[in-house]
Amino acid sequence: MEILKNSLIILTTSIGLVFIVVTAVGLIRLPDVYSRTHAASKSATLGVMFILLGVFLHFWLIKDEVNTRLLLGIAFLFMTGPVGGHVIGRAAYLSGVPMWKHSVKDDLGPYLKEQKKAHRQSID
Amino acid sequence: MKTNDVILQTTANIVFFIIFLFSIHIFFAGHYAPGGGFVGGLLTSSAIVLLLLAYDLKTISTALPINYVVMTAIGLLIAITTAAASIMFNMPFFTHAYDYYDLPLLGKQSLHSAMAFDLGVYLVVVGVTMTIIQTIGADD
Repeated sequence: MEILKNSLIILTTSIGLVFIVVTAVGLIRLPDVYSRTHAASKSATLGVMFILLGVFLHFWLIKDEVNTRLLLGIAFLFMTGPVGGHVIGRAAYLSGVPMWKHSVKDDLGPYLKEQKKAHRQSID
Repeated sequence: MKTNDVILQTTANIVFFIIFLFSIHIFFAGHYAPGGGFVGGLLTSSAIVLLLLAYDLKTISTALPINYVVMTAIGLLIAITTAAASIMFNMPFFTHAYDYYDLPLLGKQSLHSAMAFDLGVYLVVVGVTMTIIQTIGADD
């Protein structure tokens, strides 16, 4: 039983660690801001959530103490991490950071142009 | 041009309550665990700052009609009252007292007068932080 508990804790913590390493590699290797926020927001959130789950399991199974703050932290990260990535990417797009030169599709650009035109007409 | 902030605003609405409840927890846990009035006050004001980032200053000041200067004054008043209350019982300034009470729902708990002092600290920290941020953010 003890071995099972320990291996569960080690498994969750190592999965989290692998995801964080993947994040770091993605931040170095990916070409532009948008793909880098994609790497940072998704896999870093999942990695930290797995590590927090491992810490929660350690305190619960080994130390016999249910720490609800860790569960709250997991829920909080699950909600806020991707939103942080979204806001960074959106701010970058709105301030005109160029996309990677091999990008093929840009749906937000024409929509924003239309909005700007409508805004200008409403002023005039 | 007006930009579309639906995702940020919806998340801020939900996350505000989590941060606020966590700050209350930190405030009450301060006697036996890390935390207390200062950290709790900073967390509360950071929850309000999150709402200020997602919405604008006018919306938040109508949704939370609090005068933060008055809040700071009330906090200082609470702190000085709890510190001075011990003089009435022929004890030195700042002497605290505690006793055990049977509270409904919560059972036997110790109530300590340092909690009231901490409440003063909490109100002062929230008031001062929000005053600083609102006065810097409001000059347009």
